Amino acid sequence: MTTPMTPGIVSGRLAADEISRNFDDLHAPYDAHEARVAADRCYFCHDAPCMTACPTSIDIPLFIRQIQTGTPEAAAKTILTQNILGGMCARVCPTETLCEEVCVREVAEGKPVTIGRLQRYATDTLMARQGHPFARAEATGKTVAVVGAGPAGLACAHRLAMKGHSVTLFEGRPKAGGLNEYGIASYKSTDDFAAREVAWLLEIGGITVETGKTLGDGLSLDGLKTDYDAVFLGVGLGGVNALRIDGEEAATAAVDFIAELRQSDDLTMLPVGRNVVVIGGGMTAVDAAVQSKLLGAESVTIAYRRSRDEMPASTFEQGLAAAKGVRLLFNVMPVAIGDGAITLEYTATQNGKLAGTGETMSLPADQVFKAIGQTLTTDGGLVIEDGKIAVTDTGRTSATGVWAGGDCASGGEDLTVTAVAEGRDAAEDIHAVLMGV
Amino acid sequence: MADLTSNFLGIKSPNPFWLASAPPTDKEYNVRRAYEAGWGGVVWKTLGSEGPPVVNVNGPRYGAIYGADRRLLGLNNIELITDRPLQTNLEEITRVKKDYPDRALVVSIMVPCDEESWKAILPLVEETGADGIELNFGCPHGMAERGMGSAVGQVPEYIQMVTEWCKKYYSKPVIVKLTPNITDIRNPARAAKAGGADAVSLINTINSITSVDLDLMAPQPTIGGKGSHGGYCGPAVKPIAMNMVAEIARDPQTHGLPISGIGGVTTWRDAAEFMALGAGNVQVCTAAMTYGFKVVQEMISGLSQWMDEKGYTSVDQFVGMATPNVTDWQYLDLNYVTKAKIDQDACIKCGRCYIACEDTSHQAILMSEDRVFEVNDSECVACNLCVDVCPVENCITMVELPKGEVDPRTGQTRGDYANWTTHLNNPSAQAAE
Repeated sequence: MTTPMTPGIVSGRLAADEISRNFDDLHAPYDAHEARVAADRCYFCHDAPCMTACPTSIDIPLFIRQIQTGTPEAAAKTILTQNILGGMCARVCPTETLCEEVCVREVAEGKPVTIGRLQRYATDTLMARQGHPFARAEATGKTVAVVGAGPAGLACAHRLAMKGHSVTLFEGRPKAGGLNEYGIASYKSTDDFAAREVAWLLEIGGITVETGKTLGDGLSLDGLKTDYDAVFLGVGLGGVNALRIDGEEAATAAVDFIAELRQSDDLTMLPVGRNVVVIGGGMTAVDAAVQSKLLGAESVTIAYRRSRDEMPASTFEQGLAAAKGVRLLFNVMPVAIGDGAITLEYTATQNGKLAGTGETMSLPADQVFKAIGQTLTTDGGLVIEDGKIAVTDTGRTSATGVWAGGDCASGGEDLTVTAVAEGRDAAEDIHAVLMGV
Repeated sequence: MADLTSNFLGIKSPNPFWLASAPPTDKEYNVRRAYEAGWGGVVWKTLGSEGPPVVNVNGPRYGAIYGADRRLLGLNNIELITDRPLQTNLEEITRVKKDYPDRALVVSIMVPCDEESWKAILPLVEETGADGIELNFGCPHGMAERGMGSAVGQVPEYIQMVTEWCKKYYSKPVIVKLTPNITDIRNPARAAKAGGADAVSLINTINSITSVDLDLMAPQPTIGGKGSHGGYCGPAVKPIAMNMVAEIARDPQTHGLPISGIGGVTTWRDAAEFMALGAGNVQVCTAAMTYGFKVVQEMISGLSQWMDEKGYTSVDQFVGMATPNVTDWQYLDLNYVTKAKIDQDACIKCGRCYIACEDTSHQAILMSEDRVFEVNDSECVACNLCVDVCPVENCITMVELPKGEVDPRTGQTRGDYANWTTHLNNPSAQAAE
């Protein structure tokens, strides 16, 4: 029988029921009573810091008050008006570094109002009880191509459809959803939530989804510009940064592992190493490491080249990894992979630059994941800035009639909620341009 | 989305939420902000006679009662009517009404109890273009000592007399605002109606001392070591206000007289409850003073959602719907029998129901050695105390005993509706036979 100790990369390290428990909801949803108690802590602050911190500017005090007064559906409308993917954002937003970090009760008491969980309560309630809450405006006759059905593309398509435009949403993968569907830890999006949310979003009407097509693969920017009145690119970052070390071929992309895990019907069939090492320090690194552990890997290590303070993954994510038994190593960088082990070199900052100290260590590693960032795979001939498509505040690219948003576009953090804001704002600008308003 | 448009005495407003005459409506700046925030109407802070403006204290004007976590439950105040010149207020009212023709603007007035004073101010108010007036017969502090406010509201004859003057010298709707500092609210309401009032609004604030500073040995708010009673308002007064609204709504002599409901309205639900009891609209003050004008957004979204869920398309459809179900005790069905039932799955075994019943009620809850709590139907009088003290919602419920079944407490079979007026123990009932 396979156990966490079984050498190599194998499946079934844990029994089915244990894996099922491991991948349960990270935070159990609130029931109505819990939600009212949690909502009661909100002070209904004026010009609330939480609202300012939210990239989609959700009126958080208002929606929490609407929960207090027993109208979670109205609360959900307040949320979804600003952020149509408010359900997913409630699950995946790093609230500890956004709204909840600046909550006056966090600042004063170290105990924020649990905004993320309350947002989930409201949006879940609405999605369970009501149909789609928005209606389309009268058809404008204008057509828009949205390339990429991730958070940015979905938010853009929805806002455009609501304004009465006819949207074709192109997606290279078999399913819409982007990183919500393929790239986020499973315990943050249980019960197929990403797919359910997409289906619910599309109920607005006016959006045709075409999968298996993306820029450079079945679609050209020139062709789209000819066939549609406007184009929005939300193509994400399809490439993975390389480690550039000996034995690199033995390492796999953490995003591919996460995608495979998210699409798996039976996690007991998903192979994972006995000794797993993840190179990187962001959310993707944590998601890959924690899920490796939950699948039954005996030892899992995150190796990050800088200090704990500089780690992009939030304190909450670091704590989550540690609680699940992941070891966090700081100030180490990989130098070689081979013979079931990885060699790491300690680092230090010298003269403002990070460099190896010459001292090395070796860790057993039958599976190495690289999670040191993703790259743009196609630029479509547009002006590029720091490796991303250059855009204005409203998402305009260097080409007339072409907008871009989400991870592929310059500016902003690579967060679901930022992508939603950018897609939404680009849609508003596209609408203004198309209608001459 | 439901249509919240309100038509109160012919005064139209986009929703039934008006700001009550109070500090939030004291001047143009605030009222414009209120309208921009979405308030359907405003009752301008009370104007007094021309002449030297009233003066206010320069120490604290408010005292508060808090729940845990400093939730403001009750507020009292010793502020007087507007302390700004009459002419300034009149000019501002004129400008604001002109700029917001779709919003309700009613002017609150309090002048001495003589015809000349009313005759002098009413034409000036009429000229502003405001939609109506509200007579402040309610303020219980300061002005009452000078024979105005609640000093008038406590004497029905005065109410009728002043209302008659107002109907004589003013052409638009006259609303009489009532004080709750009175034994039977129906008498001032009847007087207002007799005087020709188009509506009554209630309640004004309640005489109160919110707390005593035990170091200073003085009531709060304390002004230089002394305190004066103030007017109490906010969520805490809502039950008192709703009863008074219902009393007027169901009194045969005042039934049908339009009512503007005031007293602790904080959420959409509070508004719906006042309106179900017979209020045509509601006025709000403390919620706005606690949370700012934006709080009306929740009232609007909540009332709208509830109306949609219930299928109401206009606010008039549910106004007064609960009034016929407010009755006298003597007409309650004495054959209606319920028994408390504890949901063992929901029970968290705190024991509060047990000790409340054991120490202070009817010893109808049994406790086992392993902390299982069960109701003894043969002792349960269905008082509801266990439901009220249980910290878990819906854990204890009152289950109706079907007709024809035997109540284990009395041994009697549950019969058809019968009330005290025909009960055997009622000497009056027996005398009538």
